[in-house]
Amino acid sequence: MGYSLQFGAVWASFGNLLSGLALGLGLAVAAVACGTVIGLVAAFASVSSSRIARVLVGGYVMLIRNLPLLVLVLLVYFALPQLGIRFDKYESFIGALALYAGAYLTEVFRAGLVAVPKGVVEASRAIGLTRVQTNVWVVAPIMMRNALPSMGNTFIGMFKDSSIAAAIAVPELTFQARKINVDTFRVVETWIVASGLYIATCFAIAALLRRLERLFPKF
Amino acid sequence: MQPFLNQIWIARWPLWEGFLLTIEVASAAILFGTVLGCICGIQLVYGPAIVRFPFRVYVDVMRGTPVLVLILAAFYIPSVAGVSLSATQAGVLALSLFAGAHIGELMRGALQAIPPGQAEAARSIGLTFPQTLAYVLLPQALRSALPPWINTGVELIKGSSLLSIIGVGELLLRTQEVIGRTFMTIEFYVFAGALYLLANIFLDQLGKAVERRVQGR
Repeated sequence: MGYSLQFGAVWASFGNLLSGLALGLGLAVAAVACGTVIGLVAAFASVSSSRIARVLVGGYVMLIRNLPLLVLVLLVYFALPQLGIRFDKYESFIGALALYAGAYLTEVFRAGLVAVPKGVVEASRAIGLTRVQTNVWVVAPIMMRNALPSMGNTFIGMFKDSSIAAAIAVPELTFQARKINVDTFRVVETWIVASGLYIATCFAIAALLRRLERLFPKF
Repeated sequence: MQPFLNQIWIARWPLWEGFLLTIEVASAAILFGTVLGCICGIQLVYGPAIVRFPFRVYVDVMRGTPVLVLILAAFYIPSVAGVSLSATQAGVLALSLFAGAHIGELMRGALQAIPPGQAEAARSIGLTFPQTLAYVLLPQALRSALPPWINTGVELIKGSSLLSIIGVGELLLRTQEVIGRTFMTIEFYVFAGALYLLANIFLDQLGKAVERRVQGR
């Protein structure tokens, strides 16, 4: 076979990999934060009495869930400028990932909303809370708790999908790994270390989320 | 609109071939992934600890790594190991391994959800373990695993778009080539998106139809 593992070249650029990892996490956090806003609005719209709102949300979710993220990213980064809308590569990737996360989070929040017991809503209406107060102070907290595990999974998914930013030259982990790969040809070592970093981060996030779930006991 | 339609007509064969390759790659990955996933799921539930452990590691590694990293690794690593794979073969390899882990995990869930009484009843009427698996456990597990299995299929069609990065001439790369010639960026990306949408919705509906059939026993 004639190939012996030498990790030296990878360790020499390990700092770049770590900063890429941090950037990937940052992209995922920003996208999930924006996506949460989209998802909350869309989820409440999808259980509202307005037929138009329900159809719009249904169309958005179906469209985004069946479209490859890469197509969405390229569309935002390369195609929107044709209409005179220009974002830099970070903004356009966060925007695309937020739209993508928003569709998945809509489903997550909707499932959480449906699982809120009817009696709680009726009770809060009965003690004189308005509809808005009921939604903000009673329904939303219970829904968030219901949605927490799936939200965590979505976040891990989005963190993994931040690797696609490499396609538009955002210098995150995959981009940095690819750079080491073509610079040094330490192919096996590079990808072992890169995927090790991804796996370790995913497990760390998952462990953190389990802690968070224990912190807020289920309703 | 007219110039766009003209350009689509000129580019119809490359785009069609790209679309076909996307479908072929995704189908191959679903096929290999399902075989791998069934083996994996059965081992994860019924295998002895020494077999279970490597399968557990495989599933966790594949599920913790982004698809793009798997694809790049499958593209670069085999050549230094002395195996020469084409870009398409590397892509199918990466997507199959990815699908195998996901299907393995959902098969594990489906098998574990079967009440233990089923396997006990099968044993007490004298079925061997392979018979129990073939006639009692798998039919039930496959039925309940169908919806997430279809979801994995949709993920694979979407994931196949990442193969454009390693130079596989599937739908997205063909679209980018056409855009490079015509500069009609929005039109052709939207067109490619519509084709992906069509393929995925078709797969989704197919899944729902099969679901309806197998449910009415």
